Amino acid sequence: MSDRDLVVLGVGMHPWGKWGRDFTEYGMVAARAALKDAGIEWKDVEYVAGADTIRNGYPGFIAGSTFAQKLGWNGASISSSYAACASGAHSLQSARASILAGFCDVAMVIGADTTPKGFFAPVGGERKTDPDWLRFHLLGATNPVYFAMFARRRMDLYGATAEDFAQVKVKNSRHGVHNPYARFRKENAIEDVLNSPIVSDPLRLLDICATSDGAAAMIVTSRAYAEKKLGSLNGIPRIRAVSTVTPTYPQTILELPDFATDSTAVVAAPARGFKDSLCWAAFEEAGMSPSDMNMAEVYDLSTALELDWYEHLGLCAPGEAEGLLRSGATTIGGRVPVNPSGGLSCFGEAIPAQAIAQVCELTWQLRGQAQGRQVEGAKAGITANQGLFGNGSAVIVSV
Amino acid sequence: MSIPATGQVVRVPAVEGWFTLDHEPHLIGCRCATCGTFVFPPRSGACPNPNCDGENMVSTPLSRVGTVWSYTENRYAPPAPYRAAEPFEPYALAAVQLEKEGIIVLGQVPKGIMAADLKVGMPMQLETDVLYREVVDGVDTEFMVYVWAPAGPTAAESIRDRS
Repeated sequence: MSDRDLVVLGVGMHPWGKWGRDFTEYGMVAARAALKDAGIEWKDVEYVAGADTIRNGYPGFIAGSTFAQKLGWNGASISSSYAACASGAHSLQSARASILAGFCDVAMVIGADTTPKGFFAPVGGERKTDPDWLRFHLLGATNPVYFAMFARRRMDLYGATAEDFAQVKVKNSRHGVHNPYARFRKENAIEDVLNSPIVSDPLRLLDICATSDGAAAMIVTSRAYAEKKLGSLNGIPRIRAVSTVTPTYPQTILELPDFATDSTAVVAAPARGFKDSLCWAAFEEAGMSPSDMNMAEVYDLSTALELDWYEHLGLCAPGEAEGLLRSGATTIGGRVPVNPSGGLSCFGEAIPAQAIAQVCELTWQLRGQAQGRQVEGAKAGITANQGLFGNGSAVIVSV
Repeated sequence: MSIPATGQVVRVPAVEGWFTLDHEPHLIGCRCATCGTFVFPPRSGACPNPNCDGENMVSTPLSRVGTVWSYTENRYAPPAPYRAAEPFEPYALAAVQLEKEGIIVLGQVPKGIMAADLKVGMPMQLETDVLYREVVDGVDTEFMVYVWAPAGPTAAESIRDRS
């Protein structure tokens, strides 16, 4: 293994749901589960990397210290990361940088959220210079509006159908039914999706991910620490790459919360768009290729966006995602199962916890512990995630 | 909200300086005086082109016509600060690509034109429409927003046919 690999010693989650309690309670459950899984004690943790949330008042913004205090001050160093939906991956990157720089050997990465009901809405008050406020005020451009425009392009350009989108939900519901941490654990038939009301045409209620409460935590360590503790690292999941790259100008895809793309009048569009480059930066860092991946956990904010990710990840060429789905390749038992956890489809989004939860799932899969949803013989997997304001991530984990 | 009986209605933009309210309205963007790239919404300060150190973004009218990049239709009332009419009427949105400027701009589509009337690649033209109406200091005021309407004779006919 490379000296730049990080060992995933322990993972833990609090089940996703709509519990309505303080987010720190969920975080505590996930943190203690991760410590137990790692076989270490809280006092052994030297660094706490918290993924921030914005809807929980003051402590939510400073997640590192919030969780460090909740677990009982132990003198650890801390960081707090806000990167919208990629907050969890940015906190992992912060822990990774600290470990690889030699500042510490053992870090906890943690994120938790309590979400409101309904559409995500901007922060209150009249803020006429904030694009996130203005997109709601002037256009009523909710998050599903943007998801729907990506879906509609698949239909008009590639001939995707509502049935294709519904089949993504059917697949993920079959995966997630076996996941004890998933919120929605019911198998959906294609009719369930097609009979659910249209929210933002062409997307229906069951095409769009819900918002959830939940928490995820990981214990990551240096190679030296893990070797000392475990002896051999054979079969132990390792973080091979963490990509958190921003777009390259000009960003030519209309992404939330923007009113407009960048201009191609002076600088031509880059060869790789933002989501492609997020994935490719991870492949390049790990020295691996899409064909090395045995599974992927992707950000299916909508069913149609899962199909986009197949292409961004290089699992197939642009326009071929529907074919890949129909072939069964992305179902458990297929060539490269996507969202074996059930994905956001079965979890709903708990923003600061979600990118960490993706890595937790890869870890369980690589250890052969994903009961009922196991990707047999999996040796490597990738996560992909995207949030507002040019944030996103991809993480490669392998044994 | 009570509307005064004077019949006097004042039209103002719902956001300052993003579009004109004349007979042939257009968006107001900015162009970098150094490298020539465009931005929308308009803004001052640094050019977004990483290869340019320009600091002078000059106000410029954007093309009134473009083609549909994608579109959707809201079937549920968006949350505040959107001011949804009651009862809520579904409406469409379109992201329109402007060839000369090389940008895609998201906007509402005029009331009554739905997603089924749109298609990727379809020509669109900038118009304005009432976003909401409110009495401000005793004056009946229509707050206006830019909208993308299907352009060209075919589109105009199909809209007339439906109304």
